[in-house]
Amino acid sequence: MHEYLLYIFLPYMAVTILFVVSIYRFVKDRFSYSSLSSQFLESDELFYGSVPWHIGIIGALTGHLIGFLFPAQVLWFNSVPVRLYILEITGLVFGLMALVGIVSLVWRRLNTPKIWAVTSIMDLVVLFLLLAQIFLGVYTALFYRWGSSWYAASAVPYLRSLFTFQPDLATIAPLPIVVKLHIVGAFLILLVFPFSRLVHMFSIPISYLWRPFQIVKWNWDRKTIRGQYTRGNTEIAKNAK
Amino acid sequence: MDVRLQTSMVFHLDKCIGCHTCSIACKNIWTDRKGAEYMWWNNVETKPGTGYPTAWEDQSKYKGGWEENGGNPSLKMGSKNSRLLNIFHNPDLPKLDDYYEPWTYEYEKLFDAPEGSDQPTARPISMITGKHMEVEAGPNWDDDLSGSPVYAANDPNLDSLTEEQRQELFDIERLVFFYLPRICNHCLNPSCVAACPSGAIYKRGEDGIVLINQDKCRAWRMCVTACPYKKTFYNWSTGKSEKCILCFPRLETGQAPACFHSCVGRIRYLGGLLYDADKLPSSVQVPDGQLVDAHRDIILDPKDPKVREAARKNGIDDRTLEAVERSPVYKYVMEWKLALPLHPEFRTLPMLFYVPPMLPVMAKATEGVYDTANDELFSPIEKARLPIEYMASLFSAGNVDHVTLSLKKQYAVRLFKRLETVGDVDEKVVQFAMNECNMTAEEAETIYRLTSLPTMDERVVIPPMHREEALQMLNDNMWEEKGSAGLGKRQLPVRGN
Ligand code: SF4
Ligand code: SF4
Repeated sequence: MHEYLLYIFLPYMAVTILFVVSIYRFVKDRFSYSSLSSQFLESDELFYGSVPWHIGIIGALTGHLIGFLFPAQVLWFNSVPVRLYILEITGLVFGLMALVGIVSLVWRRLNTPKIWAVTSIMDLVVLFLLLAQIFLGVYTALFYRWGSSWYAASAVPYLRSLFTFQPDLATIAPLPIVVKLHIVGAFLILLVFPFSRLVHMFSIPISYLWRPFQIVKWNWDRKTIRGQYTRGNTEIAKNAK
Repeated sequence: MDVRLQTSMVFHLDKCIGCHTCSIACKNIWTDRKGAEYMWWNNVETKPGTGYPTAWEDQSKYKGGWEENGGNPSLKMGSKNSRLLNIFHNPDLPKLDDYYEPWTYEYEKLFDAPEGSDQPTARPISMITGKHMEVEAGPNWDDDLSGSPVYAANDPNLDSLTEEQRQELFDIERLVFFYLPRICNHCLNPSCVAACPSGAIYKRGEDGIVLINQDKCRAWRMCVTACPYKKTFYNWSTGKSEKCILCFPRLETGQAPACFHSCVGRIRYLGGLLYDADKLPSSVQVPDGQLVDAHRDIILDPKDPKVREAARKNGIDDRTLEAVERSPVYKYVMEWKLALPLHPEFRTLPMLFYVPPMLPVMAKATEGVYDTANDELFSPIEKARLPIEYMASLFSAGNVDHVTLSLKKQYAVRLFKRLETVGDVDEKVVQFAMNECNMTAEEAETIYRLTSLPTMDERVVIPPMHREEALQMLNDNMWEEKGSAGLGKRQLPVRGN
């Protein structure tokens, strides 16, 4: 019974809430969308937390995504041992970076009075979930070899079955408890995502790279110039004819 | 020619008495909130001094403004790519301690402390953590502390002086200072806008006011580094950046901004300027010494029929043109060439101009009587207590000619009026002084009037902003929107989770 709750009900609920709440929040309370950076209050320790954390987590998540999208290719790639080792080590390095990052972020938040002053309960929930999740992930990478291969053969089919609305728990049933916790942890993070500062992930400002430097906003349409509508400005109306 | 309107300002430093009324007026209206306690959208600094945040002019530390790379201007804080790469940790972000930690006092302790043999005290507590703290810095921490080896001696502008000049400056007999009130300059080439990854900062096309969209800001905090004047601030509580809004809700209803309205010295002038947006990119790509000229070159004469025609084509209303004609800013900046931009070498094209101060900088120790000897008429300027190079470092990117002309003119106006009212100066001397700066008696009289006797309506000429008509353009059903054309904020600005 609990399997249905944790592996079928939870993921569908989490993803539904993620989308509904994020969109609702974006429409109704856009002001609350922010990364809530605390660098202004404490900068030096943040460097050793935020930078390894973000690089590590982006790398690790990308790895999971690639495995999910191209499981057959990953298995083929791993068929040569050297390539398998390279992939595993890369993944582990990202995982360890994320672990170092999140540990120092937690430490900083708990030990810097100014940062503690801007800490909400949701911040603590998110930090705890992330810490646990990264710990489980790194533990899995270290003690259940070779994750990059068996992930493609067990977790991926299950995740794909969720996507096609034909949930099939068969492939994850034999997985060790640590890995199962890692799966549940992922859904819990998705669940709190829209209620937390994690929503800043929706705001990656990539378009900055191709927008012009300066932004000027007009309150009137510059093509159908306002002048025609106003009193005391007959000339432009004449010219327009 | 792409004619646009810019709401522009002049601060007449000769008249500023350093009373900080402007700062308080602004604070009471806009920044008396959690997370904004440390912000002073308007602040008044003592010069020479380090200012707020400490030594803000030192761009080798703060990395604000633009850099000229042979016709290819880039932000001093790095390329666009580096903005995204540094998003997890901005290495050049000023810290709270560069400003100061806001504090209050435990006032209740004065009332509810238990009876004892000591007087109860109200110790300072941090407005961030609520814990006791040592107050080590504050706004205007170096107020009036000219000559101090800790503060004034670290003024970045002193780099423009020789060792000898620096020594003299700190001689007790020569000790001198003046006040520099600062707000956001609502620049034509704002680096805060250019640095914002979210595109949350924008310039209003109709009046040139630079604003931060609070709904779009995501706390990437790049603008704080990018503004060379340090006039964008990070609200540590809401997780949004904020800046001076030039009191646009007041301007839209025809009232002067609060700092202008309350200014005790009546040093503040506001008016429209027309400028040619087509000339913008090239005008910041000239060597430092030509920046002031290039800046003036993009500003257009509102009486020129060609300009008026082009302005009408761009939708600038006749009533707006009429207000721009009366703009006191145009007179100070363009006609009289008395007012200069602050640190034009930051290349943001600031639209707040300063009339450099003559007194007390040039007052002679000999009982305040001017040195009017014929052969060295302008010697007070050349021998000013604050070297002219210092002024040039502030107001003309090192070009002493602009500052000298402004001071000479002010001096000539003074002589002119002295002759008229007291009559103890030689008429020939006065004539010579006026000729030196090509000034007619008529001009001297108008400068005197607008400097010394202006009414509120002459100091602040607000171009009509036509927000109601702008709304009509957006939405033909104007009546539905009636009464809702204000700030447009739907919620209290509370921190998200
Ligand atoms: S002074 Fe700073 S904040 Fe104001 S417009 Fe210029 S760059 Fe932006
Ligand atoms: S209110 Fe006016 S005179 Fe007083 S400090 Fe401000 S700018 Fe100067």
